[in-house]
Amino acid sequence: MTLPQILVFATLALWVGRWTPARPWLLLAISVLAIYWTQPALPIRGLDFWLPTATLAVTIWVWGIARPERKEPPATGEADAAPRAPHLPARVLEFLRRGDQDGRAALLIAALILGLGATRYLGPLCCVTPSRPPEFWQIAVGVGGAALLAFALRRFAAGRRGALEGAVWALLAVFILLKTDPLAQAAALGLRALTGQSQAMASALDIRWLGFSYVAFRLIHTLRDRLAGRLPDLSLAAFVTYIIFFPAFTAGPIDRVQRFSKEFAGKPDWSGFERILWGVFKKFALADTLALVALNGVNASQVIHPGWLWVLVYAYALRIYFDFSGYTDIAIGLGRLMGFHLPENFERPYLKPNLTTFWNAWHITLAQWFRAYWFNPLTRALRTGRWQPPLSVVILLGQLSTMLLIGLWHGVTWNFALWGLWHGVGLFVHNRWSEATKARFASLNDHPAAQRFLAVVGALATFHYVALGWVWFALPSAALSWQTLLKLFGG
Amino acid sequence: MTNQPVSWRNVLLKALVLFLVANLLFAATDPRPALGRLSLYNRLFPGRLRLPYGERPDLAYNLSLNNLEAMFASHEIAQPRPAETRRVVLIGDSATWGYLLRPEQTLAARLKQRGFQVYNLGYPTLSATKDLLLLQYALRCQPDLIIWLVTLESLPLDKQLTSPIVQKNAAEARRLIADFNLRQLNLPAEDRMAALWSRTLWGARRDLADLFWLQMYGILWAGTGIDQYYPAAYDPPQSDLEADQTFHGLQPPTLRADDLALDVLAAGVQMAGATPVLLVNEPIYLSQGKNSDLRYNFFYPRWAYDQYRQLLAEHCQQAGWRCLDAWNWTPAAEFTNSAIHRSPAGEQQLAEALAPVIQEILGGR
Repeated sequence: MTLPQILVFATLALWVGRWTPARPWLLLAISVLAIYWTQPALPIRGLDFWLPTATLAVTIWVWGIARPERKEPPATGEADAAPRAPHLPARVLEFLRRGDQDGRAALLIAALILGLGATRYLGPLCCVTPSRPPEFWQIAVGVGGAALLAFALRRFAAGRRGALEGAVWALLAVFILLKTDPLAQAAALGLRALTGQSQAMASALDIRWLGFSYVAFRLIHTLRDRLAGRLPDLSLAAFVTYIIFFPAFTAGPIDRVQRFSKEFAGKPDWSGFERILWGVFKKFALADTLALVALNGVNASQVIHPGWLWVLVYAYALRIYFDFSGYTDIAIGLGRLMGFHLPENFERPYLKPNLTTFWNAWHITLAQWFRAYWFNPLTRALRTGRWQPPLSVVILLGQLSTMLLIGLWHGVTWNFALWGLWHGVGLFVHNRWSEATKARFASLNDHPAAQRFLAVVGALATFHYVALGWVWFALPSAALSWQTLLKLFGG
Repeated sequence: MTNQPVSWRNVLLKALVLFLVANLLFAATDPRPALGRLSLYNRLFPGRLRLPYGERPDLAYNLSLNNLEAMFASHEIAQPRPAETRRVVLIGDSATWGYLLRPEQTLAARLKQRGFQVYNLGYPTLSATKDLLLLQYALRCQPDLIIWLVTLESLPLDKQLTSPIVQKNAAEARRLIADFNLRQLNLPAEDRMAALWSRTLWGARRDLADLFWLQMYGILWAGTGIDQYYPAAYDPPQSDLEADQTFHGLQPPTLRADDLALDVLAAGVQMAGATPVLLVNEPIYLSQGKNSDLRYNFFYPRWAYDQYRQLLAEHCQQAGWRCLDAWNWTPAAEFTNSAIHRSPAGEQQLAEALAPVIQEILGGR
């Protein structure tokens, strides 16, 4: 998000916060428009229009498959709706209330997509989309096709285990395709061939699908919870809004649908302003300034003195924290202005005394997601399966694989894998260490000064372990990362 | 404590008043020069070996800014003067600054390797008035010798005031024009409202950001010793030339002294006072290609350049200036991407040629 976008979103959030009855519809409309507006321009013709459209289509298909059997009116957030008001938005709302809610939501989404498509004819570049939308007939065909498939899925595949599992695998497949450079490049080649563009220019960066990572996580969460029978019955409007909620669309946090769906009629909280200002300060003042001197693939090999290399590593560590937590603050602040209380994603992670507490405080919602949908099922399976390894092996496998997957979530590269393994090993070592020394440290319970000292030493050691881990994360190749690590220690 | 509801109108009103007061206070005091003197260079980071200038800050770890105090404060010349040393400063254009050269390859560095305490105060853009502005600051550092490298392209009247550093320090440039009676130079009168606006906190936000970024880039300068972006490849100086004989709108056959800002050179020598100034007509690329009988290079038609050399020599003789005409001291193969930018070997050759002259001048002091 850019500063003007944040300003516009804050203004819209203020406005949406005032209209409790119309809020679900306004949120849906704004979120749909926002995913087009925030999508960066792409070199492949029309793709920066089709990708947000695909986000909406996939979301609606998943809703069609995952929707629980309906017994009573779905949760839409309209339960607390105020009686009829004489204002225009309220009248529009009244009009929309007639008939099938989900049908109206689908119509609204389709109308917005077609409306955006029609801006193609308004001028050289209009309004919301990053480049000129495709031909209107193409959009109409695309929307029609997506609607037909949604209808078919809802009619024939809703609630079927095979469909639910298939959708999870399909999402993972798209995810892997986007995050693996050779695959993304091959896809770019195909798309360029389709649009008649030069294939020599094909690059993995051609397919920058903004927000897909978070969308995929939320969709998989809903599919898995549907399989477990925990998914609430949501209207299409509520479901789509949850998946593409504009404050959290680009950088999280990853809320749980069960919690999110209860807040459509929440009371606006003005403290959101303060949170947005903090976020803007963190992101645009601190993080962007630190970015000037943060470790990167160019300066890592240019630095001559190890002392200054440490400064670059520290700058990177702080930069990535302020950048990400700044965006989270902005998202949480925007949410609060509309009555939503998005979960916290960062809890002063660099002050934590060990790696385990660090991962309870860094990108909290992502870590929770992996804990819920990977670590817990895996360790449960290992402990209850036919082959029951010792506890330490269960922990090792669980932590290594979880952190490896978190690493690969950032991109399928050796460096992200090594970063994940770095943390997996760190977590395992800490787990074993704390088990082994539990009794010894228990004797320090009566010595607060000693505990404080240990906490400070622990925080320093943890911060440095994490900071060194960023060397894998920040640099483009494992060889350069290794050289940099050696150089940091005078090698 | 009572939990009173926040009045957002009052908050906004107070914020607005505070913002206005802060802006007016900033404009009234204009602390930019004082802020410029606050520098981490020469304290936390080593001083820069040349004045800050950078077209690609993210890759050069350097940037162009307008605050002369900050520029000098970041330079190694801002360090306390060591006892028993004699300082030599080089003033000039991008060739002196060392475009495409590493800090250790510039003329100043080559002279330093020969035992002189030389400071590179060259700065890209061709304008003798820009040089005069920088000379003013250089003199504060009590040099024992000033070597001023000039070329004809720095002297046309229309080039004098177009350099961004002159434009952004217009008040100082006006003062110099008035103090040294540089009547040929006409800098438009100050627009008071625009000047006031530029001095407010809001109007000066870019200058303030530049000051901050200069300090931040000090980290990478200290860590890497890099202060310039080096492109992987560049075009050599143009060898085949147009048959055009005009020079800045002037037609052959005669170049008059009034066509050039020679009085700016005189002002520099006068400003230096007792400090000796060595004026060096810097080497130029001599083309052997098409139309090289009409032009020496992309910059200069032969008629204009030949007469400039003659005019400069006459002025030097009449005014008693120390001058060196080094116009053909560097072979054509030792120019990089323009008719004045020298290669590392070119700098080495020039340094070798200049060293005895410097020794002679300093030896006499």
